[in-house]
Amino acid sequence: MTGPGATTARDIAAGVRAGELSAVAVLDAHLERVGLREADIHAFNHLTEAAARATAATIDARVSSGDDPGPLAGVPVALKDNLCTHGVPTTCSSRILEGWCPPYDATVVTRLAAAGAVAVGKTNLDEFAMGSSTENSAFGPTLNPHDLSRVPGGSSGGSAAAVAAGFAPVALGSDTGGSIRQPAALCGVVGVKPTYGTVSRLGLVAFGSSLDQIGPFSTTVADAALVLEVIGGHDPGDSTSIPAPFPSVSDHLDDGVAGLRVGIITEMMGEGIAADVAARVRASADALAAAGATVEEVSVPAVMYGLSAYYLVAPAEASSNLARYDGVRYGLRVDAPTTGEMMERTRTAGFGDEVKRRIMLGTYALSAGYYDAFYGKSLRVRTLIRQDFDAAYERFDVLLSPTSPTTAFPLGDKTADPLQMYLNDVCTIPTNLAGHPAMSVPYGVGDDGLPVGVQVLAPALGEVAMFRTAAVLEGSLS
Amino acid sequence: MSEIVTTGADSAAATGRATAASATVDLDVWEIVIGLEVHAELATRTKLFSSATNEFGQEPNTHIDPLTLGLPGSLPVLNEQAVELAIRVGLALNCTVQRSVFARKNYFYPDQPKDYQISQYELPINAEGWLELPSGQRCGIERAHLEEDTGKSTHIGGGGRIHDAQYSLVDLNRAGVPLLEIVGKPDLRSGDEARAYVSELRSILVAVAASDGKMEEGSMRVDCNVSVRRRGDDELGTRCEIKNINSLRSLGRAVDYEAARQVDLITAGDRVVQQTRHWNEEDGRTHTLRNKEEADDYRYFPDPDLVDLDPDPAWIERVRAALPLLPAARRHRLADATGSSLEQTALIVERGLDELCLAAVAVGADPARTLTHAEHNLSDERAVSLDPSAFAELVGLEVGGQLTATQAKQVLAEMVSSGRSPADIAAERGFEAMESSELEGLVDGLIAEHPDEWQRFCAGDGKITGFFVGKVMKATQGKADGKAVTALLNARTG
Repeated sequence: MTGPGATTARDIAAGVRAGELSAVAVLDAHLERVGLREADIHAFNHLTEAAARATAATIDARVSSGDDPGPLAGVPVALKDNLCTHGVPTTCSSRILEGWCPPYDATVVTRLAAAGAVAVGKTNLDEFAMGSSTENSAFGPTLNPHDLSRVPGGSSGGSAAAVAAGFAPVALGSDTGGSIRQPAALCGVVGVKPTYGTVSRLGLVAFGSSLDQIGPFSTTVADAALVLEVIGGHDPGDSTSIPAPFPSVSDHLDDGVAGLRVGIITEMMGEGIAADVAARVRASADALAAAGATVEEVSVPAVMYGLSAYYLVAPAEASSNLARYDGVRYGLRVDAPTTGEMMERTRTAGFGDEVKRRIMLGTYALSAGYYDAFYGKSLRVRTLIRQDFDAAYERFDVLLSPTSPTTAFPLGDKTADPLQMYLNDVCTIPTNLAGHPAMSVPYGVGDDGLPVGVQVLAPALGEVAMFRTAAVLEGSLS
Repeated sequence: MSEIVTTGADSAAATGRATAASATVDLDVWEIVIGLEVHAELATRTKLFSSATNEFGQEPNTHIDPLTLGLPGSLPVLNEQAVELAIRVGLALNCTVQRSVFARKNYFYPDQPKDYQISQYELPINAEGWLELPSGQRCGIERAHLEEDTGKSTHIGGGGRIHDAQYSLVDLNRAGVPLLEIVGKPDLRSGDEARAYVSELRSILVAVAASDGKMEEGSMRVDCNVSVRRRGDDELGTRCEIKNINSLRSLGRAVDYEAARQVDLITAGDRVVQQTRHWNEEDGRTHTLRNKEEADDYRYFPDPDLVDLDPDPAWIERVRAALPLLPAARRHRLADATGSSLEQTALIVERGLDELCLAAVAVGADPARTLTHAEHNLSDERAVSLDPSAFAELVGLEVGGQLTATQAKQVLAEMVSSGRSPADIAAERGFEAMESSELEGLVDGLIAEHPDEWQRFCAGDGKITGFFVGKVMKATQGKADGKAVTALLNARTG
């Protein structure tokens, strides 16, 4: 559909590039939905309506003058509020950065703009991306558009909710342990964590640097591919960026899965996984088999230790990454008689409980005398997980699992028990530890009528097989 | 917190010594053991991990960028030039250049913008080397690793200390500047050796164009570990690390003071506590900064924003091939070519006059006289551009007796300043060798005029020789050869 009713990024861009659709009109349609529901959902920390209108008008003018604004021409996009945006507040949903405006754009933001996208605002998240429900935001939680009594997942809950509510056809999030895939599953949208190193982290406010990766939310698999192809590829400004262009995924969306070997991860189908969620995963496997894939169960034993290893690696890196919020140069400062006390008071006032908890965990894990027992051991578990995945990928092209153990849970349900909250990411975390790609594809609903996401996992740089599988799953529902 | 000076913590007893003047150690009984950690700022165009320019001493906070400020979302990208300079120094120090890993050293400090320093911890780029002092002594190098510099804090009020300051100013121009930390083994045994080590290291850094090596400007900073033990002991004593040493002279003084302080403590039945101490240039003493027992836990871990640094062996070999001849090799070359001692070549090489000397000797100049002139009479910086054959000609005139040593020195000075030939200068100044009969007449006249002095000379009073030589020099306006005068005087005592 390329007319005014277009809702996917692909259709919008096609319409705008063809001069059949006005970027301003597209923007207005989306902002209208924002006007209707944002007060209930609270997907955004900050809307950039005026700037978005100006950008959209420029896009239209370029098309009129015969120019091609690019593959995302006129596509509204929402940005997680831990992506740096020049002159636009970037808070990480933390008091400690309230009011701070970066003097630069993240590489992904620059690339989106260069492709003709229209940034509409900064979306809510768990503070510094630490959480699985977006309840850890200093500015209040985001609610699930499918049921306002439930969480949207997290930490990229604002981006997931924005796409689910039709505020923007696509959004960017960041995924350190499942922060794109889990909210995508809970909000019934597509969410992708690409291979570590394929998307530049420059301008992403760091949480766990060896795990963080930026990726897209969308309503269709094709849109996710389109956005990834725009934001992915080498960036010399990120030393961990893979020196290669992002593989063309869109070209293979119609390739099907005939002959593809699909493994269902045994360890992610048993205890702790809701029966209705597991049933949807089995249904998705059946659909793949029907499309010509071979499907078997496969054991990846080390994933059982993923959660434990993650809660050492990520907090350790976070404890160091978040040291810079000391009140000296930017953000919040709570004055005190001495520099040391100023830093202490600033950090005490500026960080929420979950952030403090993880800084403490990480500081402890890196301490002299504990390093080998904690951080050192977690690195060895990480190697083990990678090896177990490698072994599985010798026999399978992609793996399958639930994205999240349950559908969206009620607000406040797990805030009192951090461990219960952490368990939300049990299926997504191993991927980050391995540096592999994985994506969540909406696959029907659970017993409560709320969306269920199926996770498709692939080996490093296995995005093509992953997207082929996702496209078949998407097609099998319609 | 690391660099904070706390004074007043030292009681007179703990400080041990009332004044630096009493700092002497009986070296027959005690052995001083010194190991140096030298931080050298690398002369790169930009900072170690960002494109901000590596320049400071200018308007505060003008050489900065997002990474230098530690802004959220900024990332480090390693400077290739810094790596190349580090490799140059490593090779010049006979180190193994190896795969290395950048780690984060975590501590909170206002002039450390990320509140961690990127350094190399377990695996440094350069490991296990040595340098050779002019004496020929080899000193071990444990490692030479890359790290970032911090910014500079200025504390206003409260005597300039952070604890009592009204407020502090932070300049981040220096933050992120590449440093090479060169960790020496405890192979040095005196303040003089420590000075020679630093001096040699500086010559090497300058020779390979890695750093300007200016201690006074802080581009080369020396931390000095000192311990003492009784001669014959195998175990090292407890060491103290001395900071704030800003010149070679201070280094020698600080070592002497600190060694004496430690000997005093031990002799008094006390023990040396492992500490970081601050050298105070004014009172010539070291003062407690902090005890090592209460040292920070820096929570080192590999920096996940950076990948392992594993220089291509071909690159290392290209760097090696492009290295200039280093000071030690130049000293050996000059000593071998002239038959002189290694020590005598040190100053000549330091002044960069070895090529001149070698060229002069190659065209026939007397090696001993050539080196003597280079060592004693060529401190002028312009001496490096002397024409070697003119230099050789001058040495020839002197050795052939046409010029006295004094005249040769004067002619040489004129050659350096004007570039004219020695023969022309000598002729213009009337420096022709005196006829011996003329000199004899002069000497005989003086003996007649000064009978008392002559008596003393004949009685063996050597000090009076200068009296006669001086008179002759005055009468001849320096043309006479002092040695010839002495010989004549001796002959007359007959």
